[in-house]
Amino acid sequence: MSPKPRSLATLPLGRSAVVARVRGERAIVRRLLEVGLVPGTKVTMRRVAPLGDPIELKVRNFALSIRRSEALGIDIE
Amino acid sequence: MTPLAPIVLVAGNPNSGKSTLFNALTGARAHVANYPGVTVDRTSAPLTLKGGRAFEVVDLPGTYSLSARSREEQIAVDALLGRGVRAPEAVVVVVDAVALGRALYLVIEILATGVPVVIALNMSDEAERDGIAIDTARLESLTGATVVTTVATRGIGIDLLKSALARAAARGPADAPEPDRPDPLMLDIADIEAAILDERMLERPGAARAWATWLLLSLDDAGSDDLVGVPTRLRTLTREIRQRAAAAGRNVDLEIIASSYRRVDTIMDAVVRHPLAGSRGLTDRIDAVLTHRFAGGAVFAVVMMVVFQALFSWSEPAISFIENRVADLQALVTTVGPPGPLTDLIANGAIAGVGNVVVFVPQIGLLFLFIGVLEDSGYLARVAFVIDRLMRSIGLHGRAFVPMLSGFSCAVPAVMATRTIESRTDRLLTMLVLPLMSCSARLPIYVLVTATVFAPGTRFGWFSAGAVLLFAMYMLSMVAALTAAAVLRRTVLRGPSATLVLELPPYRLPSWRVLLVNVWQRVKAFLVGAGTVILAMTIVLWVLLSYPKAPAGAAPGDDLRHSVGARLGHAIEPAIAPLGFDWRIGVGVIGAFAAREVFVSTLGIVFDIERADETTEPLRGALRNARWPDGRPLMTPLAGVSLMVFFVLACQCMSTIAVVRRESGGWRWPAFMFAYMTTLAYVSSLLVYQVGSRLGLGLG
Repeated sequence: MSPKPRSLATLPLGRSAVVARVRGERAIVRRLLEVGLVPGTKVTMRRVAPLGDPIELKVRNFALSIRRSEALGIDIE
Repeated sequence: MTPLAPIVLVAGNPNSGKSTLFNALTGARAHVANYPGVTVDRTSAPLTLKGGRAFEVVDLPGTYSLSARSREEQIAVDALLGRGVRAPEAVVVVVDAVALGRALYLVIEILATGVPVVIALNMSDEAERDGIAIDTARLESLTGATVVTTVATRGIGIDLLKSALARAAARGPADAPEPDRPDPLMLDIADIEAAILDERMLERPGAARAWATWLLLSLDDAGSDDLVGVPTRLRTLTREIRQRAAAAGRNVDLEIIASSYRRVDTIMDAVVRHPLAGSRGLTDRIDAVLTHRFAGGAVFAVVMMVVFQALFSWSEPAISFIENRVADLQALVTTVGPPGPLTDLIANGAIAGVGNVVVFVPQIGLLFLFIGVLEDSGYLARVAFVIDRLMRSIGLHGRAFVPMLSGFSCAVPAVMATRTIESRTDRLLTMLVLPLMSCSARLPIYVLVTATVFAPGTRFGWFSAGAVLLFAMYMLSMVAALTAAAVLRRTVLRGPSATLVLELPPYRLPSWRVLLVNVWQRVKAFLVGAGTVILAMTIVLWVLLSYPKAPAGAAPGDDLRHSVGARLGHAIEPAIAPLGFDWRIGVGVIGAFAAREVFVSTLGIVFDIERADETTEPLRGALRNARWPDGRPLMTPLAGVSLMVFFVLACQCMSTIAVVRRESGGWRWPAFMFAYMTTLAYVSSLLVYQVGSRLGLGLG
């Protein structure tokens, strides 16, 4: 693991990474974990909405859209 | 079907084709009711298998997991565990074969309850096309469930599913093996499980363990969750255990979810082979256009224009047809029946009331047909994706956009359309501000008032005065709705900030059968749920405006002047005079609380006009000539604007109130909505009239 965690929100378009940790309010974290963003899962940044937010990810072979504010709480490695 | 037919549940993720499969399994005999005390549809249908065994098949709300953020999910959990309802004999979990890696999480949670499970590997044709190979035998041996491959849209695999169901139901519940969880977590779960068995909340240890896990994941430490029926002892115990774990640096939520997903990954590795081909090729190409910065907006504008056109124009012939038949029926009853209160009640109370209900059916049907097409094709999720940024700045969910726009046509179907919003807070917020959007029923009032107070050809600059005012009223309604949303979000409906966790499903062709069944269910729910309230209130208003009667031989219109309604008009005159309204407008406003359209016809009666229609000269003329007792003209342009502002903002539509009551599950929210909108309307009109008068705009 790198010393300074990178956030999923910084992942460039088309690139993939692995979820390291999910931080934030309990309800939001639980929701993100439940849709499959558990540590160790591969995510790909697929698209950004026309107004810059939200983003579209590929997780476990389905397309998931979350807001940048939520992606900021997801550390990747 | 006997009332005690054993229950089979149908569970699954949203977008897994669950409704289609439910329909394919049961035919179109679905019965929609509400779960006790909540406004979650409980769709069920009888199913008789070849051997003669009968079941009641219940369609659970679509969900990604069983942890409860909402009542909907608690209902799913209670139904699975048989808490407060009859325990199911078997559960069909509908799984999108393409996204098995996500769907297995729900499968594992359901397996943990110990109820026999049949996995319907749906959309298996898409999976095959994408080169995804699933080893079903292996999946069966790893999960202990029966696996059936289905393509629900084409009815493939349904017979196999039925026989698998019969076998599963015969098996009886068994305590399923838990996924491999960390030891400290196992101890925590065992503690709560023991307490549940001790309290005799559940009998079977497997069910108790599943519920214990669910409590750990779902209960809010501060007790501010929506969950009901959890004894204080269990709440306290769960909180203590969570706090102990947190003190030891453990995250219980993460432990539970991560260990379940480890199980998912193990199963996936064993049963799925797929070469990771460009599986979403077509969807990606469509998305490149539909979520494009410019093209996406253009397509969306066109789609919404078509929807609008349909709601305003295509529904028009059907609406006129209904209105004409209602008028014919009223005329028939009046001529055939003996003159008297009973005939009057039937014609102007009951038939008018039923008419007020049925007249909404074309718009509700059309809107739900369009929303169904948009939702089932996958486009509605893209709309939310594109527009979320804008909507969130106000505090609304991306999915609130389409219902809000539909509010320009009619708030009743629009309120029902908020069902596409998952979170209850987001949904309530949308429902409460939606009636501020200027619906088509306000248009006749705008037309009447502008035609009354401005001579034809009056212009503001290049534009006719009427057009400017009309535009201003629509702008006012939008600004009011968005401001109200922003204010309510920060006050009454604060709650946790809503997340957007939105699946963007692959584009698919919707199934007509499912669409039409869905439209019919919505229309039926409206007729039964809101219709009865509307009918009752129409009759009450009829009584208020008809009794007591004038002495015999009075002129037409005298009846109304003697009525309770007219007395109310006089009674409220001191309150509404500062807004520029006299008692006659007051009677119209009171009548308009039934439905805004009633304003024009009520004014017609007050002013002794036989047939009141917004375009007929007599009413306009009568209004123009109307005077205050001191001789000042009543309908000055300023009073007209004040009246229009009142109609933009006031909650004058009992159909909307009835439908919000139905959708929010009680009188509390519709009462709040009525209070805040009417206060807003009063204060705004007061400001317009008083400030306008001070500035000397009164005679315009």
